[in-house]
Amino acid sequence: MQLILESLFNGAAIGSVLLIAALGLAIVFGLMGVINLAHGELMMIGAYSTYVTQLVFRLPALKFFYSTYVIVALAIAFVVSAVVGILLEKTIIRRLYGSPLETLLATWGVSLILQQFVRSVPLAYASGLIVTLLIGLLSSFFLPENILKYKHKKFVKLITWIISIFSGLLIANCLSSTISKLGRASARNVDVTAPSWMRGGVEFIGITFPITRIVIIVITIISIIGVTYFLNKSVWGMRIRAVTQNRSMSDCLGISTEKVDVLTFGIGSGLAGIAGVAVSLLGSVGPNVGSNYIVGCFMVVVLGGVGNLLGTIIASFAIGIMTDLIGAGRLLTVWPDMPDSLSTIIDFFATTSMARVLIFALIVIFLQFRPTGLFPQKGRMVEG
Amino acid sequence: MNKITKNKRWLSFLIWVLIIAFIISAPSILPVFRLNLLGRYLSLAIVALGVDLIWGYTGLLSLGQGIFFALGGYCSAMYLQLNSSQDFPNNIPEFFGLYGVTKLPFFWEPFKSPIFTLIAIWLIPALISAFLGFLVFRNRIKGVYFSILTQAALLVFFNFFNGQQKLINGTNGLKTDVTQLFGQMVGSDSMQRLFFWLTAIIVIMAWFFSRWIVRERFGNVLIGIRDDEPRVRFMGYNPTYFKTIVFGIAGALAGISGALYTVQSGIVSPQFMTVPFSIEMVIWVAVGGRGTLLGAILGAVIINYAKSLVSEALPASWMFIQGGLFIFVVTTLPEGFLGWIQSDGPRNIMVRLGLRRPLSTYPSLEADGKEEVKP
Repeated sequence: MQLILESLFNGAAIGSVLLIAALGLAIVFGLMGVINLAHGELMMIGAYSTYVTQLVFRLPALKFFYSTYVIVALAIAFVVSAVVGILLEKTIIRRLYGSPLETLLATWGVSLILQQFVRSVPLAYASGLIVTLLIGLLSSFFLPENILKYKHKKFVKLITWIISIFSGLLIANCLSSTISKLGRASARNVDVTAPSWMRGGVEFIGITFPITRIVIIVITIISIIGVTYFLNKSVWGMRIRAVTQNRSMSDCLGISTEKVDVLTFGIGSGLAGIAGVAVSLLGSVGPNVGSNYIVGCFMVVVLGGVGNLLGTIIASFAIGIMTDLIGAGRLLTVWPDMPDSLSTIIDFFATTSMARVLIFALIVIFLQFRPTGLFPQKGRMVEG
Repeated sequence: MNKITKNKRWLSFLIWVLIIAFIISAPSILPVFRLNLLGRYLSLAIVALGVDLIWGYTGLLSLGQGIFFALGGYCSAMYLQLNSSQDFPNNIPEFFGLYGVTKLPFFWEPFKSPIFTLIAIWLIPALISAFLGFLVFRNRIKGVYFSILTQAALLVFFNFFNGQQKLINGTNGLKTDVTQLFGQMVGSDSMQRLFFWLTAIIVIMAWFFSRWIVRERFGNVLIGIRDDEPRVRFMGYNPTYFKTIVFGIAGALAGISGALYTVQSGIVSPQFMTVPFSIEMVIWVAVGGRGTLLGAILGAVIINYAKSLVSEALPASWMFIQGGLFIFVVTTLPEGFLGWIQSDGPRNIMVRLGLRRPLSTYPSLEADGKEEVKP
């Protein structure tokens, strides 16, 4: 009983990281048929923004609130990743709709650039740039409408951009002094330290559950509820679902597919940012942090079927539990007196990397029976 | 019309003369180090030809060609290791001693024979790729799904090879430059020069082979699958077999390429199976011109040469350049450079600059008032 529970918990913990990372990917993929290879890098941006938030909360003025920085970091990571994702959509991906393979290659190019950007630009300047972009792009939403309708619209925009550049410079300056004060000038691998209430674990019928894992599971559950509610109950969610089902028909009925695309991509990228927060709580943050997770996310999307949240959820938990069962060799402890031949096979696969090998093989076998995943979209097109 | 095709023939003839002249003169102009680099990049051109066959002609974007590339490399390295392991304990390659292995693993045995190795270099990758491809194609999995699955397969093979120290030396890989072939060191200058010639000849043979494939009716079906697969199926062809065969051929080309690359770079390791390397193969083809075989060769050689030159001068900037190249080619030159030249790209630029008169072609006569010539 204990073993089963522990195994389930570990599997759920692995699965929830996978799920939250794959959720954004699944939404974008379901809507546009676009594989975003830069998704991992959006996660990386989320992880780095957690780190920067943590640094800011170490300043004397904010020290009192330090223990709550994770919650603030969630919001910041969501917004930052969403804005980067929207920029990506507006500049590059928009030109490539209808050719998914080309999009895949272009987003790979983007991910290379983002990785190298993190490696070569100091973190302080990068966050200054991000702040500039955030204020410059988002200011138009917060200004009173009649200012923008005024004939000096360009002038107003110029002023907001100047203000945003100055605030960006200010932040960059401020942060670079903070980072050097804390003795961490390098933007290589950095560590996010969890606040004190997240260390340690909870004991329950003789098993210790690490609180970090529980927090990640809670974050995942909240994001899933949020996304489900948004997709099913809000007007824009309805439009997104309509475009996912039939793009040209929705266009004919007056839904602005362009806006839907931007919105979906923004949400998907924002979810990647939240996944980045979760990942940063688990290990150190480096330029490659996203690419470690990305293939697992793809497997979840393939296994779950396109455009189906339930499929994504089940697939990620299935993969998580399988990884734990096989990779940790837990089957041997659950069932100690199995035949020798079987136990040598299981022993052979009882490492994390070999567990991946076996799981991939199982997924390919599964796809022989259900080629379009667990919950395929039903349609009458030739392409299915 | 006739004049244009004649011009294009001249162009490709000119390019070929330049290439062959360059290859013949290369050993006498270039120092051994550069010659060796050129030889490696020429061997990468072979895998690029395979990528062009499956992606440029059949429309299957594989992100896992590194698997077959590395398998070819491992086959050749295993033979070379066995061939020069007489002096080591138990007559097995030296690295086994590190892990306390005294008996040769069973799958090493056949690689004692040179003939088996020469066949295995292309046959094993071809069979594995055809098998994996068949499983995927049989279920009509295609497009992005196919790309993701190939990438996942790549990671699986990487994890497998990386983890198995006792079987194939794991993450350290197999070294070939200190092994013996025909009584000479593989890493020596004279052997490297020999491998350069061998690579050059095989590249040209592979080009002829690929050209033969795409000009046959088989090639027409491939192009049909790329452009409209359901229609090909309705016409009574079964795309599964065509895709499987062409994927196998691409695997074989990748294996040959990997073997040649391994003997020239001196080592084969799981690094050949990393995700970036396999995607780079696609970008060589994309930049050179997909759907043009010459473009694949030129793309592989030129980009790699540029990469080594740029990385020597400014190590950090290559990633930016490469990423930018990806985005630029995909968004503005979807046909690649050679495809752009062949579809009258330079002429269109001259027209835009007002240096030449626009060509009047049939579609533009239809659309009144349109002056530009669309390729």
